[in-house]
Amino acid sequence: MAIDPALREGMLAAVPRLRAFAVSLSGNVDRADDLVQETLVRALTSIDSFRPGTNLAAWLFTILRNHFRSEYRKRRREVEDVDGRHTESLRSQPEQMGHVELAEFREALAKLPPDQREALVLVGASGFSYEEAAEICGCAVGTIKSRLNRARNRLTDLMQIESADDFGPDAATRAILTDRDTGT
Amino acid sequence: MKRRTRMTTRSAKLPEPPSFDPPKALGRDIQAKIGDQLRAMHDDIVKQGVPDRFVQLLSRLDKGEGEE
Repeated sequence: MAIDPALREGMLAAVPRLRAFAVSLSGNVDRADDLVQETLVRALTSIDSFRPGTNLAAWLFTILRNHFRSEYRKRRREVEDVDGRHTESLRSQPEQMGHVELAEFREALAKLPPDQREALVLVGASGFSYEEAAEICGCAVGTIKSRLNRARNRLTDLMQIESADDFGPDAATRAILTDRDTGT
Repeated sequence: MKRRTRMTTRSAKLPEPPSFDPPKALGRDIQAKIGDQLRAMHDDIVKQGVPDRFVQLLSRLDKGEGEE
């Protein structure tokens, strides 16, 4: 197939943001790159359904998100402990920021239900409006807002627990957090 | 399902519109921290740019080879 040069450029320009989103969904850079690759292939295969002049990035995010969701459902049937694995793979990631705090944040984020996590990342990190996030997730704007509220509340709880660590190594807090990961 | 009123701007406009109504009183500092951390995570990946494999993938597809 011949790819329109402007389209090619637009797709490549979206890749860094797509990767960041994919990492937050999958918790793993290698898997994220596979998701992005699959997204680009799918996008080109169904390029006829893209309306020129509309938001290419949002369209690509929609494809990536839907693809991840169907994979996730598949895996969930295969592996019970999807969330636990997600947390594990995040934890084993190198701390590129050299930042304990950020590593803890990743862990907290991994504990959110996928609906809430994607809403938070799309609006809070990827820079989409509520309307765009709703379109990407195939839900109402109000749903995005309520997911954001719940995500922020939950993260706040988790981070308040974790910030107790700021006062020093705190085995009790660690134990609580570890229990939460594996206990249920 | 598509909303015709959708915004096409893809700016970095970020949350906290007036309509945002936290059901709980969230500490402003924690909210700000959540925002900072989200962006830090995001930027961490974004600053890696476009890995070569994606440039190569599009070139390959462009020539009509190697489509999966």
